Amino acid sequence: MKTIEELKAIASQVRRDIIRMVTTAKSGHPGGSLSSTDILTALYFSEMKQDPATWRRDALGQDAFIPSAGHLAPVYYAVLARAGYFEPAKLGTLRKFGTDLQGHPSVGHVKGIFQPSGSLGQGLAAAAGIALGKKLQGQPERAFVLLGDGESEEGEIWETAMWAAHHKLDNLVAMTDWNGMQIDGPIESVTAVGELDEKWLAFGWDVIVADGHDFESILGAFELARKQDGKPKMILFKTEMGHGVDFMRGNHGWHGKAPSADECAAALAQLEETLGDF
Amino acid sequence: MKKYTDTGKKDTRSGFGAGLVLAGRENPKVLALTADLKPSVKMGDFAKEFPDRFVECGIAEANMVGVASGLAVTGMVPFCGSFAEFITGRVYDQIRQEVSYGNTNVKLASSHAGITLGEDGATHQTMEDIALMRALPGMVVLVPCDYNQTVQATLAAARYVGPVYIRFGRPSVPNFTDPDEPFEIGKIYNMNPGTDVTLVATGHLVWEALQAAEQLEAEGVSAEVLNVATIKPFDSKALLESVGKTGCAVVAEEHNAQGGLGEAVAGVLAANRPAPVEFINGGDRFGESGTPAQLMEAYGLDAAHIVAAARKAIARK
Repeated sequence: MKTIEELKAIASQVRRDIIRMVTTAKSGHPGGSLSSTDILTALYFSEMKQDPATWRRDALGQDAFIPSAGHLAPVYYAVLARAGYFEPAKLGTLRKFGTDLQGHPSVGHVKGIFQPSGSLGQGLAAAAGIALGKKLQGQPERAFVLLGDGESEEGEIWETAMWAAHHKLDNLVAMTDWNGMQIDGPIESVTAVGELDEKWLAFGWDVIVADGHDFESILGAFELARKQDGKPKMILFKTEMGHGVDFMRGNHGWHGKAPSADECAAALAQLEETLGDF
Repeated sequence: MKKYTDTGKKDTRSGFGAGLVLAGRENPKVLALTADLKPSVKMGDFAKEFPDRFVECGIAEANMVGVASGLAVTGMVPFCGSFAEFITGRVYDQIRQEVSYGNTNVKLASSHAGITLGEDGATHQTMEDIALMRALPGMVVLVPCDYNQTVQATLAAARYVGPVYIRFGRPSVPNFTDPDEPFEIGKIYNMNPGTDVTLVATGHLVWEALQAAEQLEAEGVSAEVLNVATIKPFDSKALLESVGKTGCAVVAEEHNAQGGLGEAVAGVLAANRPAPVEFINGGDRFGESGTPAQLMEAYGLDAAHIVAAARKAIARK
């Protein structure tokens, strides 16, 4: 179990990794990666039952995680690398021809990835399937999944919302990176998702709202989500797109844009190197 | 001419239902999922025998395919059953991402394929599903020809590790293959040796091709009949051996012209052994309401049309 100070240090390094990966690749998605960095850091380094040494794609003996918003690949890869699933040096190959780190998560290249993701709205159903598979086989572990709030405009999300509650999948923990932004602008101006907490409650889920940039709040939410009460869990993490880099904060223009060399340097100056750059 | 006897017409979807029960007995990890179509896709017997392994998904096919992929990740062997249109076209991206690209051990069980779905009309009659599934890297595409072969193909699909699309239908059609012959994925079954023309057929049109071969024999024409029960991976060797001997072919399928068996056969022949080919298929159009027999006749999917096409193919040699 990591202390909050240790989690903060890892998150700072992960943010540096994200900036450097996307700059090197000259494309990718830094905005949502930065908004979900603290969530994924807490998930992998504190909450999830996971171990790269014994990882298997069938998640036997371990929890599973799917980043349904697969464009969050930079943060996902950085957290996997820092957790020991592969060498951090690989992070510099993101999106390059022949890389193990495809533009969106794919299976069969590096350890740690359970399903491809990137075509939005689909990871929740896959995670629900893993959760049911674990229940059917008497396995006590859980399935975690991270959604984007913009992704919640996809219809399949709500198919699964209904189905997972019907099947009482309390070993399914979904999280939403609720940063309020999508490619075309603020979500409320594109197609409003409205009060997500009320929507998920109405679909029969346990709903927890937390601050996605405060580790005490994040860990407290994870603790609440362990309840075995026959209901799937949705943790709505209030976040800020581009969090940690002042000129990216709250700006949807950074959803899918790479920084220039100067912007990269300006961003890195705001993020402490704690574990050694790749 | 080899003789085949129709032991009594049966629907191939019931062959799937029977095969699924056998697969369930053989492997406790086999699951059945459906989107509110349990009776239609003949999952009732499986659900009765294995209630804990039957997963009702409601009218939400996208979620069903995604859930199946997750179940497969954990080592289960899920069969997702729905009408052909709703287990392909409606969920194409889910299949592409979660099943095909993810290479998960999901079986897509496709009932009511083609126009012989009948009275429901074009909204429910897909004539494009084989094209969609053939286009996906790594997808195995099975189209067994009768009840007996569908039982065996279902068992083979359950034993095979990887994505499989298995297509069957609603109408009762002749049942004539050996019930005990194991199904071999990737094999073309040579149903009748011949020397003048190769009749290549899939699904219940194999029976029509056999009828056509009998009529041609009466005219003194020797027709070889190939049952393409696996459309992908395609058994090029068997096709080339046959056409190498006969020099021409007719391809018959209950599917539109685009992307189906006809184009698979044409592609192999064009690349290896160019030969005249005639096509029996739905062309480029939507279906309509009617009885299966009326529609088969209206769309030219029967023995008489295969005979006429064979004469044309032979004349073009």
